[in-house]
Amino acid sequence: MMRLWRRLGLGALSIVLLALLWEAYKAVGPAGGVDMAGLQLLPRTTDLAMPHIADMVIRALEPVNSSAGSAPVWIAVLLAGVSSLGTASVGLLIGSVIGVLLALLMQRFRLAESAVLPWLVLSQTVPLIALAPLIVSWGGRVQIGAFEWERWMSVAVIAAYLAFFPMAVGALRGLQSPDAIHTELMRSYAAGWWKSLLYLRLPASVPFLLPALRLGAASAIIGTVVAEVSTGAKGGIGRLIIEYAQSGSSDPAKAYAPIAVAVVMGLIAAGVVAALGLLLPRYRRNEISA
Amino acid sequence: MSIPAPSSASAVDVRGVSRVFRTGKGQSVTALDDVSLTVAAGQFVSLIGPSGCGKSTLLRLIADLDTPTGGEIHVFGKTARQARLNQAYGIAFQSAGLLPWRTVAANIELPLHLHNVPRARRAERVRELIELVGLADFAASFPDQLSGGMQQRVAIARSLAESPGLLLMDEPFGALDEMTRERMQAELVRISAETGAAVVFVTHSIPEAVFLSDRVVVMSPRPGRIRAIVDVSLGEVRGELLREEAGFFAAVTEVREALHLDQAAPARGMDLR
Repeated sequence: MMRLWRRLGLGALSIVLLALLWEAYKAVGPAGGVDMAGLQLLPRTTDLAMPHIADMVIRALEPVNSSAGSAPVWIAVLLAGVSSLGTASVGLLIGSVIGVLLALLMQRFRLAESAVLPWLVLSQTVPLIALAPLIVSWGGRVQIGAFEWERWMSVAVIAAYLAFFPMAVGALRGLQSPDAIHTELMRSYAAGWWKSLLYLRLPASVPFLLPALRLGAASAIIGTVVAEVSTGAKGGIGRLIIEYAQSGSSDPAKAYAPIAVAVVMGLIAAGVVAALGLLLPRYRRNEISA
Repeated sequence: MSIPAPSSASAVDVRGVSRVFRTGKGQSVTALDDVSLTVAAGQFVSLIGPSGCGKSTLLRLIADLDTPTGGEIHVFGKTARQARLNQAYGIAFQSAGLLPWRTVAANIELPLHLHNVPRARRAERVRELIELVGLADFAASFPDQLSGGMQQRVAIARSLAESPGLLLMDEPFGALDEMTRERMQAELVRISAETGAAVVFVTHSIPEAVFLSDRVVVMSPRPGRIRAIVDVSLGEVRGELLREEAGFFAAVTEVREALHLDQAAPARGMDLR
């Protein structure tokens, strides 16, 4: 428990240090920034380029705009963050299921591994930005009865597209991790594929699945934000990042609130995965003792 | 000599078994060449020989973890495959191979769990076995909390879980220190006597083979063949004092001479079977 508090304390300290560094550079750095041979090395220190931390905080507490009944910025970005986190969770869930199913397929059939794995690697080389409009336009044509495809679903699919890859690779490594002695033991027990999976391969893959899930969660969040930016899906944090950045010249401090929330989203995802790991200590004994 | 039909009286019946490994590019290694061996029910038989003599291969063939390229293997009158599917044997390897996420009790329980034995009977059997290998205080411990010798005892208990008529052991004490090893040997003698199971035991150690066995099968490498079978008649009760008796030394000498035959006598290929 002490260790946990210590780590939280160190984390908070690093944030404070970053803020101090920001303010220190802003105080001593030249207004025009530092450039060398026409190359900008350090940013300008004007209030427009680098607002004071205090201004960012104050701006976050003020209403979004001058219209009557406008909510404070921090509430708007927090709501958007929650919405995006929900979309990212759906994406991560879909990505995890697909990733684990692909890993099972590849573990079960050697042929599938050599046939599918190159495509998985290839899939991740397609730029997300190129993919987003395609998925949105495909989604727009989906209409089954009362069900209608919504924009956020396209975002979730894009998040899943990023998240499934680390899950598939991690799960495959985990499923293949048992030693020959264990697989032979299962064979001597006349345990079929399904029982070997349940009693041996799945438990053995937990130490591989947790880091994969952490990577997958981060990918899902990045995917969500980028997809929201490129599809213009309403309600998400990606949309606010764009909107607030556009008002940058007149209201520079406002743009930092959604960025801070995006960072917090990543921290929450990592925290949830870490908590999940704490629930499964029995399957991580090798990890701990090693 | 006519070979009798496989009777269910013999625990293991190996007849004319060969195993050739293809190493690619048309080359092959003969791990076992025309090996025949019968292990009677309740008998303790050790396989001994230098590395590469095929003793582990023979054990794996009996366990149906590998398939012979020639010959037949019967376990209690059934094919090796059928015997495996019927759980006719328990097996222990050189390393304990415990599942790290299962406690000692749950590791011993594993085969019973896999075969849907009811919970109450499982618990009862695990209690007996844990008592048998003297680990009652460690039932709730995890494998990484145990010494190597204790882990190996758990593995032996696990191999006994379904009360098999045959135990297959591939150098189970190979990684243990000498003192632990001798203690484990004494325990194995006791356990095999108590359970009445036949044992096929692969080892590198001559004293170990002699101390444990009713018969010691001496093998030679390249290609793997049975060179001699030494009958050890040291009686049912084998205490620590046995290691200092003249009969023990005589048997050790006999096994050693059979092992080192090719250096002692120039008559290679002599059939001592």
